[in-house]
Amino acid sequence: MTPKILLDDVHKSFGTRSVLQGISIEVAQSEVIAFIGSSGSGKSTLLRCVNLLESIDDGAIFLDGVDISAPGLNPDPVRQRIGMVFQSFNLFPHMTVLQNVSLAPHKVLGQSKKESESHARELIARLGLSDRADGYPDQLSGGQQQRVAIARSLAMNPEVMLLDEITSALDPELVGEVLDVVRELKSNGMTMLLATHEMGFAKEIADRVCFLHEGQILECSSPKEFFTHPTHQRTQQFLQRVTEAGRL
Amino acid sequence: MVPEMSDHSGTSSLSEDSTQRPLSRRQVFEQRQKRRSLLIALASSLAVIGLLVVLIPQTPGWYKVKRSFFNGPILDETFPALLRAFVKDIQIFLWCAPCILVLGMLLAICRNVRSPLLFPLRLFAAAYTDIFRGIPVILTILLIGFGIPGLGMDRPWNSPYLWGSVALILAYSSYVSEVFRAGIESIHESQRAGARSLGLSTSQTLRHIIIPQAIRRVIPPLMNDFVSLQKDVALISLIGPIEILRQAGIDKSKYANFTPYVGAAIIFLLLTIPETRFVDHLMSRERRRTSGTAVR
Repeated sequence: MTPKILLDDVHKSFGTRSVLQGISIEVAQSEVIAFIGSSGSGKSTLLRCVNLLESIDDGAIFLDGVDISAPGLNPDPVRQRIGMVFQSFNLFPHMTVLQNVSLAPHKVLGQSKKESESHARELIARLGLSDRADGYPDQLSGGQQQRVAIARSLAMNPEVMLLDEITSALDPELVGEVLDVVRELKSNGMTMLLATHEMGFAKEIADRVCFLHEGQILECSSPKEFFTHPTHQRTQQFLQRVTEAGRL
Repeated sequence: MVPEMSDHSGTSSLSEDSTQRPLSRRQVFEQRQKRRSLLIALASSLAVIGLLVVLIPQTPGWYKVKRSFFNGPILDETFPALLRAFVKDIQIFLWCAPCILVLGMLLAICRNVRSPLLFPLRLFAAAYTDIFRGIPVILTILLIGFGIPGLGMDRPWNSPYLWGSVALILAYSSYVSEVFRAGIESIHESQRAGARSLGLSTSQTLRHIIIPQAIRRVIPPLMNDFVSLQKDVALISLIGPIEILRQAGIDKSKYANFTPYVGAAIIFLLLTIPETRFVDHLMSRERRRTSGTAVR
């Protein structure tokens, strides 16, 4: 079976700074992969490359066996199929929650305004934000904003979701409500790549956990294996530090 | 001028509190401080104004200046005609302003296009803003206002109103395009990322996400430019139209007295002072919104 997503020896550098140095990974349909690693290890850049927000220097990225990193390819149709949620939400502050969620289906998928809004209301209700639909993002808590951002992404019916440290900007007591949404996505069979600092969550939700260090995947294994018997010395050191900081 | 005391939003809640319980020592101290600074501001303003009022009439030429600049009867006689002429200024302003907004926005968008095919457009926009920002408005008006009617076209294509307005539009659209451009560039890259990640195209992102936010952000500086435009309309008088400055010039010659100029200045101030106060109000609101509470 063709993997849903395939990264083949992906390289990316910003100027002289090499951020991704040969990333290769296969992601099956409905698989959830958690990328962990210290800041600057390339987690975010990796996700941004998959969504074509960054162009890669070498290698290739395939979606359902089709090379989406081919030069000259229009990124817009690809992005419709791959949703992305950002650390800092990136909601549109001049639009209501409903407008944030219904904009892209209306403008990009060509749904009628009515259709896109009724679909958006359903999604907003599903994420428990019905009473906030007509409010603006800055009237919401961080957790609510991030749930809106997820709804906005889901409104496009993506086949894959990229979650870039979606709980890092939240107060600890708001993390749970956002992670609940991700659990629901997993139970619906969504293919997801997530960059995270929430080790407990990665352990619980991921099918595989991958450790990134200096732009390379050092190891990738089931959560149980990964957290109990890390093989690589760097992974051991990282997990040790995380444990000492009380995050595991 | 007396400093604005209403800005201290703490006062109202303080006095509300005081009905329930006596003021704390700190609150008493702060109230006394506030009263003190109000008194000092008042006293120093009065002293300066009083000194000016006493000293200026002592100068040897004062009676002449008073007669030829602040002449009550002449002001009474010329003021109505000045007001009538000022209607022309407002008309010119009203038809220039929308053209400037549209043209300025188009230029700003042109300067932001990244497609190589549209590079000539970008080059044109850059040259346009460089040229018209670099020439004094008055020169643009003289060159266009005298140059183009020289082509010998028939009415209405030789009207100084038309070409004066065109000159103002050219000059001000270049200023306004810079304001819009700054606004567009001030929108954080993450907004673009958010929009593009949903599959919106570059132009959809610009239209629905970037420009609406940019416009909101630049309204105060934009209003500043329009207050300047309101005044610069008077420069058109140099190429012929009888608007307020020209009318004042005519009356000056008629009465051999400068008072009509003072009258014109008063009329401008009646309009521009409220305008600038309003802009200040918008700006301070924006500042409060974006930078938190003031530090004393």
